[in-house]
Amino acid sequence: MSEEHLKKDPEKEKMKVKSIKKMKEIMTAYYIDAKTAAQNGKKVAWITSGGPVEPLIVMDAIPVYPENHGAMIGASKMGVDLCEKAEDMGYCRDICSYARSDIAASTVNGGPIGGLPAPDFLVCCNNICGTVLKWYEVQARYYKVPLFIFDTPFCHTEFSSEARKYVRSQIDEYIKFLEVVCGKKFDMDKMKEVGRLSLQGQRLWQDVLDTTMNKPAPMSAFDAFFHLALIVTLRGTQTAVDYYTMLLEEMKERAAQKIGAVPNERYRLLWDNLPVWFKTKWLSDKFASYDACLVADTYTSAWCGSLEYLDENDFLGSMVEGYTRIYLNIGVDEMLKIIKKMIKKYDVDGIVMHSNRSCKPYSLGQYDIMKSLQRDTGLPSLMIEADMVDERAWSESQIETRIDAFMEIIKQKKG
Amino acid sequence: MNTIRQFHDVINDSDGYARRLKNDSGKKILGYFCSYTPEEIIHAAGIHPLRLFGTRSAIAHADAHLQAYSCSLVRGVLEEALAGRLEFLDGAVFPHTCDSIQRLSDIWRLNLKFSFHSDVVLPVKLDTSSARQYMGDVLRKFKRELEMDLGLSITDAQLSKSIKTFNTIKRALGKIYRLRSANPGLIAGADVYALVKSAMIMDRADAAEKLTAVADQLEKTKAAGADSGKRIVLSGGLCDHADIYSIIEKSGGAVVWDDLCTGSRYFEGLVSEGGDPIEALADRFTERVVCPAKHSSITARGDGIVGIAKEHRASGVIFLLLKFCDPHSFDYPYMKEMLDREGVPSMLMEIEQDLPSEGQLSTRFEAFIEMLR
Repeated sequence: MSEEHLKKDPEKEKMKVKSIKKMKEIMTAYYIDAKTAAQNGKKVAWITSGGPVEPLIVMDAIPVYPENHGAMIGASKMGVDLCEKAEDMGYCRDICSYARSDIAASTVNGGPIGGLPAPDFLVCCNNICGTVLKWYEVQARYYKVPLFIFDTPFCHTEFSSEARKYVRSQIDEYIKFLEVVCGKKFDMDKMKEVGRLSLQGQRLWQDVLDTTMNKPAPMSAFDAFFHLALIVTLRGTQTAVDYYTMLLEEMKERAAQKIGAVPNERYRLLWDNLPVWFKTKWLSDKFASYDACLVADTYTSAWCGSLEYLDENDFLGSMVEGYTRIYLNIGVDEMLKIIKKMIKKYDVDGIVMHSNRSCKPYSLGQYDIMKSLQRDTGLPSLMIEADMVDERAWSESQIETRIDAFMEIIKQKKG
Repeated sequence: MNTIRQFHDVINDSDGYARRLKNDSGKKILGYFCSYTPEEIIHAAGIHPLRLFGTRSAIAHADAHLQAYSCSLVRGVLEEALAGRLEFLDGAVFPHTCDSIQRLSDIWRLNLKFSFHSDVVLPVKLDTSSARQYMGDVLRKFKRELEMDLGLSITDAQLSKSIKTFNTIKRALGKIYRLRSANPGLIAGADVYALVKSAMIMDRADAAEKLTAVADQLEKTKAAGADSGKRIVLSGGLCDHADIYSIIEKSGGAVVWDDLCTGSRYFEGLVSEGGDPIEALADRFTERVVCPAKHSSITARGDGIVGIAKEHRASGVIFLLLKFCDPHSFDYPYMKEMLDREGVPSMLMEIEQDLPSEGQLSTRFEAFIEMLR
C-alpha cells in the first residue's frame, strides 16, 4: 500500500461521524459511575456481553462488562503485556485473550482505565461460549463474590421444550439472586419499562446497522464496532435509546447526502467474527485503499439478532428465547443462513472471515461456512488468522498479501 | 498377567474389534466422545456405545474443517471419520461439553452421512434443582430420540439391566484402582490404562465379566516385590498414551490414581439400581466428579484433586493437559495453587496425540520425580 493511501484526506475529515464525541462522553460518565459506585451506595455487577442485563438495570446495579474491557485493552494495544502477565500466573497462552487480559488486569489494576471496579457479584451467561464459565469462576474465586450462572443450552438445530422450561425457571432464580445480593425487592413495573427501553434500543441499533444498505454505506463495520458499546453496556436505558436515535438521524442524513464511510465506495464486504481490536484502523484503511467498505458484520448485529423472539408485553418471559437463540448459541448451518440473509440484505461482494484464536465457538465451523458460501453463492471469501487482543498472533505481511490477493479477485469479478 | 493381553489386543485395534462385534452380533454402533454420554441408555436400546479417541495417523482431511488451534482429540476423531475409517458406525452422540466438541458436532453433522446424530445438551451447571430437573428431561429426550429414529423401544427393565452392567464395570475398575493404590507394584500403569480404555470399547457384558475377573484375580495376587516408586496422581482430560505410564515408571514414579475423563471420572459414582432408572442416571451425572466444562462449585475441582492427593498419599501430581483444551487450562492455575498449599508438588505436561520423544518426556518426568519427597 502506498503512503498516499494512508494520509488523512481533508474531505474525509469533514465527513467524520459527529456522534462519536457524544459516545465518548457517555462512556466516560458510565465508567466514572461504575468506579464510584461504592461511594454512592450502588452495587457493581460484572456480566457477560450476551447476558440478560435488564434485570440488573431494574435493580439499579451497574453492569460492567469484562469483555468490553478486553476490547478496550486490545484497542489501546495493552493486550500483550497483560496476556503475558496472565501466562506468568499459569494461564496457558492458548486461552481467550479477553479472559487472560482481564484476569491479569484485576491483579494489577491494569489496562487503559486502571482496571475495572471490583464486582459485588457476577452474572455469567454461557450463550456466547463455555469460556465465560471458566473465566467467571476464576473471578469469583479472586474477588470472593457470589456468581450466578445463567445456563442457556446450546441450540444446534432446535430450541427444545426442555431447554425452554429450564431457562424459564432460571429467570425466577436470577431475580431471587438479585434480591438477595442487592438487598431489595425486584420491581416488576420497572422491569416493564426497562424491557421496553431495551427493545427500543435494540430496534434502533438494528436501524442504525441497516443504514449501510444505502450505497455508499454511511458507516462501516469499523464504525459499528465502536458504536456497539452502548447497546452492550447500557441496553435497557434511556441513554442508549437517545444516543441511537441521534446516531440514526446522523446516518440517515449522511445517506441522503451520499456521504460514504469509504469515499468512492466500489466494493462492499461482510466481516465475520470479533474485530481485531488492535488493528481496526489498519484494516479499515487497507480495505478503503481498494475502495472497499466493510458494510456489515455478524458480530455487532448479534445484539439485536434475537429481536424476533422478544415480546414487549412479556419481556421477562421472552428473554428465555431471546437470550438462548443468539448468534453464537446456534449450529453452524443456522449461522450460515443468517450470513446468507446478510449477504443479500447488504448486497456484498465478498466476505472477510477473522479466524480468531480466542474464540472457538465463533471460529470453528468458519471453513465450512466459507465452503458453503463459495458453492452456493460463488462469493469470494478471505480468511484472516488473528486474535482479537493478542498482537503476537498477528502476522502483518502475510495478512496484507492475502488481502491484496482477495481484492484482486473481487476486482476481477466485479470490475 | 496373561489375561491382560486380551485388553491390549482390544485397544490396539479398536476399529477391528468394533467391526467384528458388528459382524458377529449385528448390533448397531454409536460413537461417543466424553464421559457425560448416557451409555446406559444406548446400551439398553441394544446398541453398542463405542468411545472414539483421536488418531495416530497424519491429519489430512480434518484440516479443511478445523483450525490448527483445535485440540488433537477433536481433529483426530474428525480425521478418522472423514477418512472413512469409522464406516462401521451407525451414528454418533455428542454430549454438550466444551466449545470444540459443540462445533465438532455441527461439522460432523454437516459433512458425514451417518444415519444417527444426537446432541445431548446437558446442563452446564449442576448445583441447582432446576438444572437437576433439566438433566432428567434431557436424558428422557435422548431416550425418545433413540426410540423414534431407530424404531425401537427401551423399557425400564432393559435400562435397569444396563445400569447393572455398567455398575459392574465401574465397580471392577474402582476395585482395580484401589488395589493398585494400596500396592502400586501389583500392576503396570499401561495395563490399567488398557483395562479402562477397553471398558469403553468392548462389548459391555463381556467387559463387565472380564474386568471383574481381573479385579478378583488381582485381589488374590501378592505383588512381586515391594514398590519403591514415588506415588504419582495424573490429572487432566484424557490420557490415550500407554507410553506415559511406562516412562513415569522408568523415571521412578508409579501412578496410583488419576482425575481423568478416561480414568476415575469415568467410573466413580455408581448409578442407583432402584427407583426410576432415568432419574438414577441423572443423579449420577449431577453428583459425579465434575469435569471442568461443568460447574458444581467454584472450587469443586481443586477440592477434588486435593482430596485425591491426600487419600492416595500422592508424592506429586502430574497435570497432563491436551494442548488447546480451554476448560482444563483455566482450572490448572488454581488447582496447582491448592496443591501447593497442601505441600503437594505438581508439574504441567502439555500433550497432543503425538507425544514428544521418549527422551524428552523422561527428562522432564525424572527431574520432577527426583525432587519429590
